Amino acid sequence: MNERIQKAYEQEPRNWGWKLLVALICAALIAWSGASIQGGKITESGLEIAGRILRGIFNPDRTLLFNLTTSGVGYLLLETVCIAFLGTIVGAILAVPFAFISATNIVPLPLSLIGRTIIMAIRTVPPLIYGLMFIRVTGPGPFTGLLTMSLCSIGMVSKMYIEAIEDLDMKILESLDACGCGFFQKIRYGIIPQLFPDFMSTIIYRFDMNLRDATVLGIVGAGGIGAPLIFAMNSYRWSQVGALLAGLIVLVLAVEFVSTRIRVKLARG
Amino acid sequence: MNLTAKLFPARKMILDNGKEITEPRSKTPLILLLLAAAMILSAKITGFNLAIILERGYQFFVIIGQMFPPKWSYLDRIWSPLLDTIKMSLLGSAVGSLLVVPFSIAASSNIIKNRLVLFSVRLFLSVVRTLPTLVSALVATYVFGFGTLAGTFAIAVFTFAYVGKQLYELIETVDMGAYEAMEAMGAGKLRSFLTAILPQVMPTYLSTCLFCFEGNVRYASILGYVGAGGLGVLLNEKIGWREYSSVGMILIALFLTVVLVEGLSHYLRTKLT
Repeated sequence: MNERIQKAYEQEPRNWGWKLLVALICAALIAWSGASIQGGKITESGLEIAGRILRGIFNPDRTLLFNLTTSGVGYLLLETVCIAFLGTIVGAILAVPFAFISATNIVPLPLSLIGRTIIMAIRTVPPLIYGLMFIRVTGPGPFTGLLTMSLCSIGMVSKMYIEAIEDLDMKILESLDACGCGFFQKIRYGIIPQLFPDFMSTIIYRFDMNLRDATVLGIVGAGGIGAPLIFAMNSYRWSQVGALLAGLIVLVLAVEFVSTRIRVKLARG
Repeated sequence: MNLTAKLFPARKMILDNGKEITEPRSKTPLILLLLAAAMILSAKITGFNLAIILERGYQFFVIIGQMFPPKWSYLDRIWSPLLDTIKMSLLGSAVGSLLVVPFSIAASSNIIKNRLVLFSVRLFLSVVRTLPTLVSALVATYVFGFGTLAGTFAIAVFTFAYVGKQLYELIETVDMGAYEAMEAMGAGKLRSFLTAILPQVMPTYLSTCLFCFEGNVRYASILGYVGAGGLGVLLNEKIGWREYSSVGMILIALFLTVVLVEGLSHYLRTKLT
């Protein structure tokens, strides 16, 4: 027994030099980035402010939290959900053509590379920037948030679509061909049933993400819960911040719970 | 489930051989109806208006048009905030992903058997995960003052939550045989964890950290909006002044950086797993 353990140990690859090098490089990189961090002066007042913030957040403003008018937490959350929901659907529809012109098993390589670069470029620009640009177009309000959501959904959604399309089982299409199916029949019975679960799962996941991003967008004035949140923070009304955050956290957790369950169901068929 | 079964009774059919079979009614029409209702409600609340897009939509492309050609001379001013952004995300990712390890272990149901501990740690991780990054960045600027430290803090918080969830899910799917064997041979919990579970978890954990770092580079660029350092400060300023050619330059620099970081991390991740 012990001999076998010894032997197994001896067979273990000895590459500690390489591992040490990698560790050193990582440590050096982290030290390099740590050296230039500015603003590291936690003063007494900083700690005091932190205490006040925490106290406010844990004592949420109940009148705001249970207010049923358009300035209450409930309506703001509803607006945020609506922005995320419609934005996701519009983005998911817009992403379909992008995905099909970028899938390597459908179009020739150069074309798909162009498609991928466009998708990558759309993905790189942070949602906030799109929000700032769209405000110049449609003015502040939930509609701007909606347009921004649709545009930034395209990036990730089409990337996931591409993976689903490239996993298509071509044999099914061939057998449909052999049965004498037409072009649209092939799409209806060969392609859509294969793609539908993956696409739905992607869309639901993206809705989850959009809900988080929609709060960020409000910060630039694109509707939803973000704008009141940032106003409350800028004017140090921490109990209102607490109320808004409490609503947001509950909503996001609930949506995440439901979406995970639906996606598990979709994945198992 | 029972309620829907009662509302939509299954269709009954009698086959030729006299056997009775039931076909559950499809719920697709109901789901489509609900989706349509939700879409109409959302369109009403968000003020969806196609006319505005058709009328003013070209403005968006005017802005994009003004970004090109980008102002190349502006590149000199970009380097330092760009590096700041990368440094912020690197340090934030490292700190966050290291700090979360004990929490993830405490949240894995195969290591910790106490349900109360599991539930509270998981709830804590979920709540942290739902905090919008910009909010934690803004709070950090009040506490630490303006600058990259606030941004680093916000990124560390985000990484903490993201890696934490991935890590405990990872630990839970690990093969427990080796761990149990170690414990049976008389090793302590810590020792068994280090020798039996750590090697199984390590490659995927590192690759999750890299993936998170990759996303953080993209995310860190907006933190400047609330004064937490990095490229966002410049971006916000230039959009405010409508200097779109400078914005174009910043976005191109960001794009190239993201492509580079993503390529590097993709390569490293394929090496890891």
